[in-house]
Amino acid sequence: MSSTPSSDKGNQGAMPAAGHEPNAAEASTPVLSVQHLRVEFPTRHGTLVALDDVSFDIAPGEVLGVVGESGAGKSMTGNAVIQLLEPPGRIAGGEVRLGGKRIDDLPEEDFVPLRGRHIGMIFQDPLTSLNPLFSIGDQLIETIRTHLPMNEKQAREEALKLLREVGIPAAEERLNSYPHQFSGGMRQRVVIALALAARPEFIIADEPTTALDVSVQAQILALLKRLCADHGTAVMLVTHDMGVIAETADRVAVMYAGRLIEIGPVEEVIRDPQHPYTKGLMASIPGIEKTLDRLYQIEGSMPRLAAIPPGCAFNPRCPHAQERCRRERPDLMPAGAGQAACWLHDPVDPLPRIDQNDKQEHAHVR
Amino acid sequence: MFVVALIAFSLFHYVGDPVLNMLGQEATEADRAELRARLGLDQPVVVQFYRFIVNAAQFEFGISYRSARPVTDLIMERLPATLELAIISAIFAVVMGIGLGIFTALRRRSWLSKFIMTTSLIGVSLPTFLIGVLLIYLFAVELGWLPAFGRGQTVHIGDWWTTGLLTTSGLRSLILPAITLGLFQLTLIMRLVRAEMLEVLSTDYIKFARARGLSKRVVNLRHALKNTLIPVITIIGLQLGTIIAFAIITETVFQWPGVGALFITAVRFVDIPVMAAYLMMIGLVFVVINLVVDLLYYAVDPRLRVQGGAK
Repeated sequence: MSSTPSSDKGNQGAMPAAGHEPNAAEASTPVLSVQHLRVEFPTRHGTLVALDDVSFDIAPGEVLGVVGESGAGKSMTGNAVIQLLEPPGRIAGGEVRLGGKRIDDLPEEDFVPLRGRHIGMIFQDPLTSLNPLFSIGDQLIETIRTHLPMNEKQAREEALKLLREVGIPAAEERLNSYPHQFSGGMRQRVVIALALAARPEFIIADEPTTALDVSVQAQILALLKRLCADHGTAVMLVTHDMGVIAETADRVAVMYAGRLIEIGPVEEVIRDPQHPYTKGLMASIPGIEKTLDRLYQIEGSMPRLAAIPPGCAFNPRCPHAQERCRRERPDLMPAGAGQAACWLHDPVDPLPRIDQNDKQEHAHVR
Repeated sequence: MFVVALIAFSLFHYVGDPVLNMLGQEATEADRAELRARLGLDQPVVVQFYRFIVNAAQFEFGISYRSARPVTDLIMERLPATLELAIISAIFAVVMGIGLGIFTALRRRSWLSKFIMTTSLIGVSLPTFLIGVLLIYLFAVELGWLPAFGRGQTVHIGDWWTTGLLTTSGLRSLILPAITLGLFQLTLIMRLVRAEMLEVLSTDYIKFARARGLSKRVVNLRHALKNTLIPVITIIGLQLGTIIAFAIITETVFQWPGVGALFITAVRFVDIPVMAAYLMMIGLVFVVINLVVDLLYYAVDPRLRVQGGAK
């Protein structure tokens, strides 16, 4: 909680965020700003900290990829932002600002109008995201009329327009169809149409392509990217698929054990990851140039929420871990083109890398 | 229906010889033969069964051994009382059951829900007749607010329908039996609605509906409730059948002049045509209800309309 990202940002000056961040960084309000967000789950055996001091900004129209292993807190971040945490989970600290306005402390009834209208959300599984008992027309019209002052007929026109926009053929006939009459890819298109129905300025896409065929994945991603570019919608793209991030995102945030450990422009992070964990993550993606006998993997597994070690959460698995890593928790600090939460990048007193581990690691990195 | 008919018919053969019962010890062999012929009991079993089916299809169940009146008349005379009781208690059970079920599902943590859930255990575990007796003791004997038995004043509507719904004493008499009969179903429906609702509320499409910014009301009462009702309809259908069947006990406790009471009397006097007719009637009720349930499914769930959606 010590160093605030805003001061970090000042240090960096013009962050090369794929051209989306204008030079006058202070002048443009980020569409979403998350500061020191903390989410807790009070349980019988004590309080679990599911998100710990997570901070990031998303600029208007920007696509921020969020990656990490299962349980790293990626989806949790999305759910916390839109306030759909499963009880007993709750936001225990920090703040979330939408277009500069604080929203994390709004009571439920004031938050409801924001959902769909200002923050949209797309879920992982299109097969279960749509209510099976209502036609997609009903669901679209209902959503449109909830947010926009339209009568039944106008809303119907708008629904048709949306369906055409997401590439549903014969939209007029399909309007009266029920979800089970669509294929998975088509359903995800409908879900995207629903999420974008009221033209929110920001959407959270929670693993939007994980449940789809690889061939359909690319189409859906292209569609999502095109629509958001057309409408200037910012996206928080949650996924564990680096390929999806590489293709779609402008910046990428890497999460580990409920903490944000690295954030930066997508190309830089992929080419030259700064945090040892990100490095391991990148190294574990099999390449096509080289045949490996064994795929690379990071030794060990992510700690359970109840047993996060003191200091840096990654220290038990980190090849560079030293005394300080086990004692003191690193905040995000400038590293490469972005920021990483690792003492190796301490601007005052960077830790030396440990050599033999380093050598071993480099043997595995492409 | 056919199986029910077979069972009902076999009653005639396995529950003793009615002729002996009707004519008593002193009757002569000739008298007996004559009566047998009149009742058609001297013909082969298959012929008898055929005649039974044909007659039953025309709602003709022969003549009551005891009161020597056509069984159909007897049943028709009693049917309105039972139907009124069953329908009122069914409405009571369904409306209260769904309402309380939704309430306890949405306000899972409030003390009132917990209280309702605990109390509902009583409804599930206490036998119907005991509830009836307790209600009589409390409201009729101790407090004296409501009548303990009978149907109160009735009014004739049309040729044969009598109703207790139009008079105060009729309505007052209806309250206790209706609660007794409906209480078990109420708790059952309530617990079912609650369980289903909780399950539906945790589904992705409910979460997505909320993420789209639909109001809590719309999400809970439109999206969640409709999905909850599919399994609930089945159970309600089955339970409505048992409401009519279980009316026997309630009618006995409250001396309600309905078909159930008629059946009990019939059993006591081995009045087989009445028993057979009652069985057939209950069978018919179940079949009709199941048909209605299937049609309702079709109306609620578009996934079952295989051809309808393809146009």
